[in-house]
Amino acid sequence: MTDLTSLTLAEARKGLAAKTFTSLELTDAHLNAIEAARVLNAFVMETPDQARAMAKAVDEKIAKGEGGPLAGIPLGIKDLFATKGVRTTACSKILGNFVPTYESTITSQLWRDGAVMLGKLNNDEFAMGSANETSCFGPVGNPWRREGSNTTLVPGGSSGGSASAVSALLCMGATATDTGGSIRQPAAFTATVGIKPTYGRCSRWGIVAFASSLDQAGPIARSVRDSAMLLRSMAGHDPKDTTSVDTPVPDYEAAIGKSVKGMKIGIPKEYRLDGMPAEIEKLWSEGAAWLKAAGAELVDISLPHTKYALPAYYIVAPAEASSNLARYDGVRYGLREQGRNINELYENTRAEGFGAEVRRRVMIGTYVLSAGYYDAYYLRAQKVRTLIKKDFEDCFAKGVNAILTPATPSAAFGIGEKGGADPVEMYLNDIFTVTVNMAGLPGIAVPAGKDAQGLPLGLQLIGRPFDEETLFSLGEVIEQAAGRFTPAKWW
Amino acid sequence: MSVDAATVRRIAHLARIAVSEGEVPHLQSELNAMLAFVEQLSEVNVEGVEPMTSVTPMQMKKRLDVVNDGEIADDIVANAPATESHFFLVPKVVE
Repeated sequence: MTDLTSLTLAEARKGLAAKTFTSLELTDAHLNAIEAARVLNAFVMETPDQARAMAKAVDEKIAKGEGGPLAGIPLGIKDLFATKGVRTTACSKILGNFVPTYESTITSQLWRDGAVMLGKLNNDEFAMGSANETSCFGPVGNPWRREGSNTTLVPGGSSGGSASAVSALLCMGATATDTGGSIRQPAAFTATVGIKPTYGRCSRWGIVAFASSLDQAGPIARSVRDSAMLLRSMAGHDPKDTTSVDTPVPDYEAAIGKSVKGMKIGIPKEYRLDGMPAEIEKLWSEGAAWLKAAGAELVDISLPHTKYALPAYYIVAPAEASSNLARYDGVRYGLREQGRNINELYENTRAEGFGAEVRRRVMIGTYVLSAGYYDAYYLRAQKVRTLIKKDFEDCFAKGVNAILTPATPSAAFGIGEKGGADPVEMYLNDIFTVTVNMAGLPGIAVPAGKDAQGLPLGLQLIGRPFDEETLFSLGEVIEQAAGRFTPAKWW
Repeated sequence: MSVDAATVRRIAHLARIAVSEGEVPHLQSELNAMLAFVEQLSEVNVEGVEPMTSVTPMQMKKRLDVVNDGEIADDIVANAPATESHFFLVPKVVE
């Protein structure tokens, strides 16, 4: 039998249906891989007993012909998703040993459809970061290394554990969340596929909140088809999230292989940055050529407010975070540091429980919302956000079906290499992805090639609201042309 | 705009995060780096532009004004650091 961990989700589904192997065998293969890859620090909690119990139960269902669309598929869950009875920390000390008494909507839908939970995945503390270096459990290693080097690189963030685990074949797919690029940037750094769906497509209920108007969950997977299968189970209306949209979830997988002939693909000139590596420029042109060869039409477009998306994000996101994170007060759950009075208890708890990046963002958010500064910062940023969204709407109104851009301005970098002196250096990682969150649009990152040092690079496709299907169709064209990329095992 | 040391202390207090004197200069420079970065927004003409309130054009959904949850006091206090018969315990607030 071939190594079960090397299958795609779609291949595993076939094998399970044909009874070539059982979910328990598939699950055990992944549990063994996780154990052998602890040096990557991708999992912050392994749940082997629960995984085997779930796998056995689903094997019985498969035998009776009652398996759901993800029956028997072992997945990793970002530690931002509340999982009933399983510690959920957002990788922050302040949540301590928080054990939810409820299940997030998205994970409950995955279990409904037969998926198996392998454990909880590392991420940046409260999803604030672009390198998975702010986690209270320490950094995650990228399975990819530069050719001829044994320096450990970051997997990107905030969904670094998800990307690393999928890339290293530790799980068949993973849940992730994306507030400014946290699905797409790590996917690009690890040669995995990541899609952030339209805002409102997936329920946010039971996901630890960072910036509620930007947060959206999605999958990281081994192929475009796998990501389509996972999103179908994750998406859907949830009365418990008032921003969740009540429209039917299409069969995303049916979009794979659909012709892209005649589709208009926008190439935005503002994404051509000074000092961008020539390899990324080249990859972008190659991607455009692949889509053209498949029958799509390339059109030059302009998104004039692009450069303001990142600064506007660093007002809106911290402002919302400062409000969302007010709940961590040492009273109702998580860490408590004593104080002589209630104020000291709050202040000591939050000083001890929040890491440096979270503290910085909560403070900036508090400042931009404070009396006298609200109009100058927050209100202005929300107006700029309207303009950013309008840029996209204008392009879509001219018939553009999707927009092609690089996913990141560079390949993965070493642990501790960026953002030490100036936090903004790290923030620039999200320059191509953050616009999509600001406009609430869907975006997919697909592996497209490697740089001169052998590190993966990705391309991003941005779609019209609720048109994830077009992204899957186009994404698969890129995947077919570029091929799949697997890291050489060193761990 | 930039913040001085007194403002850093004031923000920290508003955010209910204890900050030692020694941390103030470092925090001040980090916050000022972020403020310098967002400063470029001042060059955008936002005259007559509506601030965004909802990224997807949708009507705010409303729930019926009925009780549809409850009787889960055990769950609510399950993760609390200190409780007593379904109450959260905090230091004395009222003398």
